[in-house]
Amino acid sequence: MSEAPAIEANELVKVFDKGKVRALSGVSISVERGSVLGLLGPNGAGKTTVVRILSTVLAPDSGWASILGHDVVKEASKVRQLIGLAGQYATVDENLTGRENLVMVGRLTHLNRATVRSRADELLESFELTDAASRPLKTYSGGMRRRLDLAAALVGRPPVMFLDEPTTGLDPQSRQDLWSIIEGLVKVGTTVLLTTQYLEEADRLADRVVVVDHGRVIAEGTPGELKADLGTTVVEVTFGDSSIADDASTLLQGLSTRPILHEGAALELTVEDGPRVAIEVLRTLDAAGIAVGGLALREPSLDDVFLTLTGHKSDDSATTAAAAAKGAVVG
Amino acid sequence: MTTSEVIGSSGRIRWMLSDVVTVTWRNLLGFLRIPEALFFSTLHPVMFVLLFRYVFGGAIHVEGTAYVDYLMPGIFVQTVCFGAVATSIGLAEDLQKGLIERFRALPMARIAVLGGRTSADLVRNVFVVAIMTGVGYLVGFRIGTNAALFLVGALLLLVFAYSLSWGFSVVGLSAPNSETAQVMSFPLLFPLTFASSAFVPVSSMPGWLQAFAAHQPVSLVVDAARSLMLGGAYHSTSAELQALAWCVGLLAVLVPLGVWRYRRTA
Repeated sequence: MSEAPAIEANELVKVFDKGKVRALSGVSISVERGSVLGLLGPNGAGKTTVVRILSTVLAPDSGWASILGHDVVKEASKVRQLIGLAGQYATVDENLTGRENLVMVGRLTHLNRATVRSRADELLESFELTDAASRPLKTYSGGMRRRLDLAAALVGRPPVMFLDEPTTGLDPQSRQDLWSIIEGLVKVGTTVLLTTQYLEEADRLADRVVVVDHGRVIAEGTPGELKADLGTTVVEVTFGDSSIADDASTLLQGLSTRPILHEGAALELTVEDGPRVAIEVLRTLDAAGIAVGGLALREPSLDDVFLTLTGHKSDDSATTAAAAAKGAVVG
Repeated sequence: MTTSEVIGSSGRIRWMLSDVVTVTWRNLLGFLRIPEALFFSTLHPVMFVLLFRYVFGGAIHVEGTAYVDYLMPGIFVQTVCFGAVATSIGLAEDLQKGLIERFRALPMARIAVLGGRTSADLVRNVFVVAIMTGVGYLVGFRIGTNAALFLVGALLLLVFAYSLSWGFSVVGLSAPNSETAQVMSFPLLFPLTFASSAFVPVSSMPGWLQAFAAHQPVSLVVDAARSLMLGGAYHSTSAELQALAWCVGLLAVLVPLGVWRYRRTA
């Protein structure tokens, strides 16, 4: 018997508001056991709808999905024993303390009292919330809330986790903390489906990335494959000062497939064959007697991938700070 | 790893009850964490007692007893009915904040979200009725029958309010947010509680209104409560039986209605 994938979705369609809003128009994904899938897309792309269907909260209008081989509609109660849901919509009770929230979820997951208590202590400890455990959630910072939210989803040790924009609206330090926690989950074999608007997040955490836009999958692959599909490499050359870079820019014009990006004392060339062009760059500059401060080859970022695929920039690609501010408004 | 693989039907009922208890516990903790809300929501009916006892009461004439005795069973019923608004507000809030989303992804009994909310509101109503009995005694209310019948009367009106809670869960699940749930609830409750025998004898109303006021459930529950708490001229076996029938009928209709609405809530 072949092993069913941890998460499988086939041609999911979901329409809201009596046909007016087509949230999903045929989304298919498959996630291998123990791997991390990054579901990447701008606001309104349909990421959350996918998660809500996979976590049995919402039934699809057509198509089917299964978790570890169990249908999310026909075997919803079985599926609920296998999954954990955390993120922007599933939340915690702000009137309860951190520990009370975990105990509540543990009891509703049908763990016995002793297990619930030890599991709550263990999670509070590992998410560094022990000191705040007896305080109502109202007093928690954004980062602490997200950690507790994640802890609540983990009480029942689910083999499959859904994280819906787990770091939207968080400051950089809290994001780093959450990323480490998620990496810890993966180490113990949890399958994770993570939605995000942050390309950096998908790049760091995901084994595979599915890019969705307007309710359909527009690209799929490992972060490396997606970047390789662009077929380009960036060659970065730095010089002593900006005027030297100016001179070099004129000399190197012919080597770049797109106009050379000139920033301060650095130049960025977009090329097909990185190593060959790098040698060419050094030869040309050496012949002209221009000293090179540094040279680096870098793959395009997922930001570049996203821009190419969707024709528009990822909403939150500018800076983490801007993204956090936006997330706070949207979320 | 997570939970037992196969649960028999007795196990399922046990877990269902356990889930209802867990959600009730969570809601009761919520009340305790906002003592201001608890205090003022208790103060509100006390103000009503004082208002009708000392401001309006002098102008209202009732047969066979002091107005304060007539008033208190009516105030009890009015107060617990308004308690049902808390059910709609609480559910709208849970929905709005995303807690129900989390509950839906848990292997808990579906009915526990509503069962836990209505049970917590019932506990709160018990507490409020106890306080108001004390306040009633301070302003001169006296039980006309005996303590046991008084408690039966209290039980009856609490069961009535409990059935209303299930009805108002539909309002809460249909409202876009908790503020709207509140304003949607009042137009339903005002005619029921005020166009009733709670504060004034129905016979003092115009004929067309009497037809409604004399037969609507709140009046019948108030009449039954008076029958059990005051007795004497207010004794009415017919009101007691009709009130009981309303409680059973409303539960039979409103519980499935609430569950149906909950299942449909996306």
